Amino acid sequence: MKILELKNVSKIYGNLKALADINLSVNAGDWLSIMGPSGSGKTTMINIIGCMDTPSTGSVILDGTDISRENSVNLTRIRRDKIGLIFQQFHLISYLTAVENVMVAQYYHSMPDEEEAMEALAKVGLADRARHLPAQLSGGEQQRVCIARALINSPQILLGDEPTGNLDEENESIVVDIFRRLHDEGVTIIIVTHDPEVGDVAQRKIILEHGRVVDDIDQSATFGEALKLKGKS
Amino acid sequence: MENRKRKGSRKKMYMRMVAGSLIRRASRLIIAVLAIAIGATILSGLVTIYYDIPEQLGREFRSYGANLIVLPRGEAKITRETLGKLRNLIGTDKIVGMAPYRYQTVKINEQPYIIAGTDLSQAEKNSPFWYVEGEWGNSQETSRVMVGSEIARTLGLKIGDSFTVQGVRYGEKAEASRQDLSAEENLKRDLARQNFHKKLTVRGIVSTGGAEEGFIFADIDMLDELISDTFRADVIECSIVADAAGLSELSAKIEREIPELQPRAVRRLTQSQDIVLGKLQALVLLVTVVVLIITMISVYTTMTAMVAERRREIALKKALGAENKLVMGELLGEGVLLGLTGGALGVFLGFEFALRVSLNVFGRGINFQIALIPITIAVFIIITVTASIIPVRRVMDIHPAIVLKGE
Repeated sequence: MKILELKNVSKIYGNLKALADINLSVNAGDWLSIMGPSGSGKTTMINIIGCMDTPSTGSVILDGTDISRENSVNLTRIRRDKIGLIFQQFHLISYLTAVENVMVAQYYHSMPDEEEAMEALAKVGLADRARHLPAQLSGGEQQRVCIARALINSPQILLGDEPTGNLDEENESIVVDIFRRLHDEGVTIIIVTHDPEVGDVAQRKIILEHGRVVDDIDQSATFGEALKLKGKS
Repeated sequence: MENRKRKGSRKKMYMRMVAGSLIRRASRLIIAVLAIAIGATILSGLVTIYYDIPEQLGREFRSYGANLIVLPRGEAKITRETLGKLRNLIGTDKIVGMAPYRYQTVKINEQPYIIAGTDLSQAEKNSPFWYVEGEWGNSQETSRVMVGSEIARTLGLKIGDSFTVQGVRYGEKAEASRQDLSAEENLKRDLARQNFHKKLTVRGIVSTGGAEEGFIFADIDMLDELISDTFRADVIECSIVADAAGLSELSAKIEREIPELQPRAVRRLTQSQDIVLGKLQALVLLVTVVVLIITMISVYTTMTAMVAERRREIALKKALGAENKLVMGELLGEGVLLGLTGGALGVFLGFEFALRVSLNVFGRGINFQIALIPITIAVFIIITVTASIIPVRRVMDIHPAIVLKGE
């Protein structure tokens, strides 16, 4: 079942074409990585998929709804209900504890529930760090809080913009392992990354250059193997 | 029930976020709280003084003499009973001094002088500006009196000197000295029962720069006894704590309820009091408005800096699905808490400030106005929220995609 479809999507900033006639479809439960050099349009693409931007032309169908012409209020609502966001710089609220940071996402979505938030933290192995402020957590721990926050409202797509970009190898493995478990549970994952190792562990890899998809690689055959190798490294 | 629980849970989280932001970022917000607290201190202090000035200044003005003169209507004199009625009508809490005066002509060395019988302790309260060499007279040692400096000069009197006053008792006819009688025979006539004479001692010499310097001031009861009459006052001088409007109202009331009296307000005093008071209150009001404006500018600047500093956090909240109004509500909630904290701090510091001003300027303490607590806090919450509106509206211009862009 298709969860996301981009049809002839372009994004133009003045004279610059950040995305040029992109066509892409993602099935529910897929794990997709988007790679490409700087300025290739990765972030623009993820912003459009994440309802934080709209395309200049073309349409984006997310869970059966065309989001390309929605206004900002509707885009906020759709993002809140369907998208979980993971950032390279974690973006945790500095004055809230780990569990409170997770509860913030619940608060804007529906209703804060501390018990559920604690379960989400336990799922990423941070139950014992729930009452710590971000400054008291390591980079890897902060990213795991960010993942727990992204997952707390059971989004249809988990979007990660360089989620391992600020992590050391050990924490990168922990995060990739969490993605694997989420994938096993049927969560759709779309990750933008510069890191070939992280890009290789996905089921499918899209390569962008100058705003165009230059390669769409099905990695299903090596999917399990790459994960094992990543786990060993 | 479930809906209420959800609302409660959301409110709790809202408070956790707002309070967490203020408490855990306290060091960054201390300047804002201080600015509000200083503003609230000055506001509550000045408002306390503003409401206390009329009473404080009214009492200060009372040192310039009586502001209400009460005369008998027609030929009649004022009895002790009427004096009592007047005192009850005005109310003892409003009276600084109330001195009845009886004027009696007496002779000293065959020269006429006027002796003013009064309640000397009340006269002293009415006239603190009199310069008295020696001591004020009192109702215990009635033969020791005060004389005006003009009389003292004429008669060559000093403190402790004695002199004899003579005159005709009340209701009796005076008999002039006859040239066909010898001095001894005339003296006998002067000592006859229709006349009085008494030896008095100078206890104090009064200098005022006015008509008082030509009077002898004695205890009114002693004077009544001397002239063998009951209490009959010619005038009552009152020093009342009231402004011009209050005095007019009081005068009308006296005329209405004690028709045998005719009150007259001393206009030059009451008008001066009102003019000074009006100017002082206008000044206080002006300073208050300036302080409020400065506080608003300070809060505006702080909130602008706060929104700029927290762009990433605001962008994140919007990325997580927060609508603009929710994020603005949180920032305004922080503004409310800042106003509440600063306002509460300022109320108590303001009272201390007002108390010190009052003690230094007027030499008197002031009463703490309980109503000032909620009013000051409410005013500063309103000021903080109003000053925060423009900076907080900038939330709408923050785009998560731009601000949260990875590196």
